[in-house]
Amino acid sequence: MAELLVSTPVGLFCPAGGFHVDPWGPADRAVLTHVHADHARPGSAAYLCTEASAPFVRRRMGDAAIVQGAAYGERIRLGDAVVSLHPAGHVLGSAQVRIEAAGTVWVVSGDYKRAADPTCLPFEPLRAEVFVTEATFALPIYRWPEPETVAAEVMAWWERNRRAGVASLLFCYAMGKAQRVLAALAPFTDRPVLLHGAVAEMTELYRQQGVTLAATARVAEMPARRSYAGELVLAPLSAGGTPWVRRFGERETALASGWMRVRGTRRRKGYDRGFVLSDHADWPALLRTVEEAGAPRVLVTHGYTEELARFLRERGLESGVLATHFEGEADV
Amino acid sequence: MRAFARLYEELDRTTSTNAKVAAMAAYFRSAPPGDAAWALFFLTQRKVKRLLPTRVLWELTLELTGLPPWLLEHCYAAVGDGAELVTLLVDRPAGRPPAEERSLERWMRERILPLKDMDLAAQALAMRGYWSELDTVQIFVLNKIITGEFRVGASATLAIRALAQVAEVPQASMAHRVMGDWQPSPEFFRGLLAPQRESRLDSHPYPFFLASPLEEEPAALGPREEWMAEWKWDGIRAQLVRRGGAAYVWSRGEELVTERFPEIAVGATRLPDGTVLDGEILAFRERVLPFSVLQTRIGRQKLTPPILAEAPVAFMAYDLLEEGGEDLRERPLGERRARLETLLARTASPALLASPVVEGAAWEELARVREEARARNVEGLMLKRLSSPYRTGRRRGDWWKWKIAPYTIDAVLIYAHPGHGRRASLFTDYTFAVWDQGELLPVAKAYSGLSDEEIAELDAWVRRHTRERFGPTRAVEPVQVFELAFEGIARSSRHRSGVAVRFPRILRWRKDKPAAEADTLESVKALLTVRA
Repeated sequence: MAELLVSTPVGLFCPAGGFHVDPWGPADRAVLTHVHADHARPGSAAYLCTEASAPFVRRRMGDAAIVQGAAYGERIRLGDAVVSLHPAGHVLGSAQVRIEAAGTVWVVSGDYKRAADPTCLPFEPLRAEVFVTEATFALPIYRWPEPETVAAEVMAWWERNRRAGVASLLFCYAMGKAQRVLAALAPFTDRPVLLHGAVAEMTELYRQQGVTLAATARVAEMPARRSYAGELVLAPLSAGGTPWVRRFGERETALASGWMRVRGTRRRKGYDRGFVLSDHADWPALLRTVEEAGAPRVLVTHGYTEELARFLRERGLESGVLATHFEGEADV
Repeated sequence: MRAFARLYEELDRTTSTNAKVAAMAAYFRSAPPGDAAWALFFLTQRKVKRLLPTRVLWELTLELTGLPPWLLEHCYAAVGDGAELVTLLVDRPAGRPPAEERSLERWMRERILPLKDMDLAAQALAMRGYWSELDTVQIFVLNKIITGEFRVGASATLAIRALAQVAEVPQASMAHRVMGDWQPSPEFFRGLLAPQRESRLDSHPYPFFLASPLEEEPAALGPREEWMAEWKWDGIRAQLVRRGGAAYVWSRGEELVTERFPEIAVGATRLPDGTVLDGEILAFRERVLPFSVLQTRIGRQKLTPPILAEAPVAFMAYDLLEEGGEDLRERPLGERRARLETLLARTASPALLASPVVEGAAWEELARVREEARARNVEGLMLKRLSSPYRTGRRRGDWWKWKIAPYTIDAVLIYAHPGHGRRASLFTDYTFAVWDQGELLPVAKAYSGLSDEEIAELDAWVRRHTRERFGPTRAVEPVQVFELAFEGIARSSRHRSGVAVRFPRILRWRKDKPAAEADTLESVKALLTVRA
């Protein structure tokens, strides 16, 4: 049986279709699963992504980049392969890449989750001969609580800090996680949530596609010497520990990430609180997804790759590691 | 149990010391005294020993989850804490029906302490039932109690500060009240809060006063004559308590070690009642022996005559905290010291020695004497202010340790292992090697010394340069060189290299140094002779 994807120095390459999936080096044609930095890198001649991802990709790659947006499920012929993009439930516009060629079907999951997320379409189970999966949280200790429970915890934390007269500084990914938090808080509050510039830009792109989010305002537009007591602020991880956070005065800090399931990980960086909220599949969801794909062969790209592959092998599947430069949910 | 779990959660959810003290004080005020006594027991890092073998929890977890054992090992490497690992595998994040609430005291009395007398199967059955009725935080707290590793990010000192606030007594006095061995009970807790100081006719030691490292030249301390110099002994810090006709030896970890050092216990019976000495337990035969000799004795369950003969010990006293039942801690060191010498001269026990005062009229002269430290099997000098009281804890200003420079070698990183606690899932535990006939031979393991940034950098490097995996341990390409420091070195037949180093730590990442230029076993062994 033909290998529809092979590992090359610039990324995963499809010889039948003459394209790369999420290449980390320059490629002639890049098919993108989603727009996080470890999957969508500048330098390729042309990009194919979902219509919902296209505005984000254009923003990242610049106006000169050739970016083609495809509808979910649209069948596109590339060389001798037929490619289609299907919802992955990871972030807005995220996709699995289905590749049909030489009488076989491969599906590349990209990053995905199975938990409910009002900011993007839910993961669509696909059948495949070979399923290429991520494994960011592929250890059985990673099992997520219900997102509504976590949203209620975030609200309670903010409320408590508000009564204590301190600011609540919540760190999260600027693209995806921040908007998921804003969507989850929308039913609970009319108080505007304050955003770091990087979060605000992404949030604007979400709103343009009609995603319902809580009211927001930019920190940058606040008057100087304003008090932030009682406010909730969303900021990217990179803003932590910088002079930017000093303006908030007395504050509690938190991180929203799947890694927060483990106490030591949170304590290492000194966040007061950790909210277990991930845009990746947890252990049960990974196993369920592999089962639903019905693939006799499963390749694992990033995260706890050795562990997932070995576990699947012991369950009678053919499974191995497909080395990539993807990072999954960056550790804190 | 729910209230105690909530207290744990509060402590865990803040990095503010004041918030932690406030949370504990609120708990001590509102909890029934029986619960508060147990909470204090755990918050001051006391353990109920040997409730059940840890493997009962692991095997039960494997049974409940159906996971292969190797995967449990990998999970452990990511979590770095046994009690938490089990919790994360058996809890049900979706939530569960609220169980009947049972107080912490009842949990201890009716459910946890009885585990001790059950067989393995009954223990597993009981734990399975407990896990099924508790939420994630309560399971975690229960597992921490069971495994005896209850650390919550709030030190015993903070718990004592909170309790002192509740009782409205000075912190030092509360620290003394909760020292030593006690059984948690409502009566004990009520006694702690009583306004009068209870009689000291018991075994309790005083809170230890700890020295700080001297980071500048001693001349900065002021005139030489205001200070007393002593050797910094390389042994086990201890207090010798002689009260009520009995003698007690307490280690700094608040562990009663009387039976481990019979020579000292016998010597103490010559002391008058109402005496407390502070000092160091040392291996001693006519002169001080290296720490490695003392070590041969520490781990032994049974003290056989050959061991007692090979590693005899003595108590090197350097302070007198109580005499004739009177607390002397507020008296100046000069006075305590004079009384100590008189007392020990009268006692005349070969197992009780007075730590000699090191002479030297000027700081420069002392600096020269300090160079003899290694030959004398000591770590350097102690400098103590003659006018100072005996304080509590690590308070800077009156007691300084002026240590000699440690031994150092350049070694190559060969294995990395994930750390524990807050370093879980990061590669922070390292094995280092030196060259021996073209081969790298492990000589030391070190866990500390790098900054957080360096740890992150090295962690990323380890992941990208793994040569082989042994479970969670990675064998890495032998290219990174580190300067290691250690306090002592001794011959060892148990190590492949033939030497054992004491308290190794990382001084510097030698990015400038190629692995080929790291030290050889020969040059490491040469350090052995420095001491002889």
